[in-house]
Amino acid sequence: MAALQERPVGFFTDTSICIGCKACEVACKEWNQLEGNAPHFTADSFDNTGQLDAQNWRHVQFIEKIPDNKGTIGTPIAGGQAWLMMSDVCKHCQQASCLEVCPTNAIVRTEFDTVFIQQDVCNGCRDCIAACPYGVIGFNEKTGTVHKCTMCYDRLQNGLQPACAKACPTESIKFGYLDDLHAAADTRLATLQKQGFAQAQLYGRDTSAYGGLNAFFLLMDKPETFGLPNAANATLPSRNNVPGYLGGAVTAVLGLLAGVLAFRSSRMSGEQR
Amino acid sequence: MPEHFAVAPNWEWWILAYFFFGGIAGGTYAIGTLIRLFGAPADQGAARTAFLVSFIALIPCPIFLSVDLGQPVRFWHMLVDTSAGGPSFKYWSPMSVGSWALLLFGVFSFVSFLGALGQSGTSALSGVGRWLAGAAGAAWSVIGSGLGFFIAGYTGVLLAVSNEGVWSDAGWVLGGMFLASALSGSAALLLLLWRGRHDAQAGTVTRLEIADRNFVILEAILILLFLASVAAAGTIGKLLGALLVLWLLVLIGLAAPFTARGARMGAPAVASPLLALLGVLALRALVIFGGQL
Ligand code: SF4
Ligand code: SF4
Repeated sequence: MAALQERPVGFFTDTSICIGCKACEVACKEWNQLEGNAPHFTADSFDNTGQLDAQNWRHVQFIEKIPDNKGTIGTPIAGGQAWLMMSDVCKHCQQASCLEVCPTNAIVRTEFDTVFIQQDVCNGCRDCIAACPYGVIGFNEKTGTVHKCTMCYDRLQNGLQPACAKACPTESIKFGYLDDLHAAADTRLATLQKQGFAQAQLYGRDTSAYGGLNAFFLLMDKPETFGLPNAANATLPSRNNVPGYLGGAVTAVLGLLAGVLAFRSSRMSGEQR
Repeated sequence: MPEHFAVAPNWEWWILAYFFFGGIAGGTYAIGTLIRLFGAPADQGAARTAFLVSFIALIPCPIFLSVDLGQPVRFWHMLVDTSAGGPSFKYWSPMSVGSWALLLFGVFSFVSFLGALGQSGTSALSGVGRWLAGAAGAAWSVIGSGLGFFIAGYTGVLLAVSNEGVWSDAGWVLGGMFLASALSGSAALLLLLWRGRHDAQAGTVTRLEIADRNFVILEAILILLFLASVAAAGTIGKLLGALLVLWLLVLIGLAAPFTARGARMGAPAVASPLLALLGVLALRALVIFGGQL
């Protein structure tokens, strides 16, 4: 692959063609040398990964949909059981909550418009974990820092596509320049809608969630089903700065008054030591 | 109704300890200043105690915060931007602002501590004591109190500026609630230290008690507003269950100052402020742990 231009790149993850093979998870772990967590039984369908964290930068979700036999599942197999499979990942948000709160500036936007955590700067305060609305970032006890998908920044710098996109056998994960991916997603959505998939929708393609997501999705159900906040719930941490400080300031004034009322009496009555 | 998919940052005991000690450091400094500016000459001993306690409570704070970091030796990355160079300051990130405020408040608290020592008879520091007793000292204490208020309350804003359930649901009230509870806890601590003193004027103790009860009323109102906010957001369930024990401690802590009115010596004089302080700790534990369930 020729060297990448310094233009916004991203992932378009088309969940309608994901087969749940987890090749993306494996490729990610191999390239990024992630040890993985100790195996455990999640009792959650075919999911034994559990969640995105410091060791899992791709996570294939298996959502079992039991339809009501009225065809409302929105797939041709209504009446049977359906899986919704989705390879979840850091969204590389345009307005990134993690980047917003990081006090050390460890989290930066790269020349490819992706969101990257500089391991030599992060001090492991974990503020970004509380901020990320998608539960993406995890803390690694060994490094004492936090980790998430880098969109294979090292590969991008060398003109290679991210390992997950390279490994995905169905091209459910597509990597490319963002404007090209937007065009591909619009075409795919139109095709699905023409075929009668009423629930098919793009998530993160427009600016309604965090100003747009560089890693955006084609979903076959509403965003909440996949653990994604809908547009109304896609809120930035900084929304609470002004009300939070204002509430504190009003309380400080009331606290001052409460204290002055208590101590003023003594000066007025002229008590002496 | 807001839906939250954020995961827990695992802020636990060190952070709880910081929130508690930071609250006491800020709260006692502010009360010391109030007494200094509005109290009678007879109350000034309590003001000196307040300034001494403020700095002593502040000393462990940076230690707690650093130990909680995954990379404690990189604590200074909070203040210096090691990737772009220059200072690291983001006014929209309470953790960033709080780091600078803690540093600045440390300077004010330390000088006031030295001044209080000077005023209490440490002759080498009597110059600082005299300076702080003058008009410039009053200005110093007022600015220090502003920072003290900030340290006592910003921890609530820090939690609110996130996408966690409970914390971000009560965004406008958490900072104020922590501030009010820091004031009530600080007044309780001063009562604990001051009640039994042979040189304490009855008037001073009474006024501290009145201040304590005023602060508790403010705190109780804010706790109710907090509960209303999380109930409206549908996340109040996280604060129930096993955490009901902590609520009990909060309630006892709120009631304590009203039960030991006028007690000068003996069990009530000691138990009441201790219970109040335990309530302050329990309130912070409730919010910190409840938000991460
Ligand atoms: S998904 Fe989370 S970790 Fe990724 S850029 Fe957005 S806020 Fe940051
Ligand atoms: S844990 Fe690291 S990346 Fe996250 S906010 Fe703290 S310093 Fe920034």
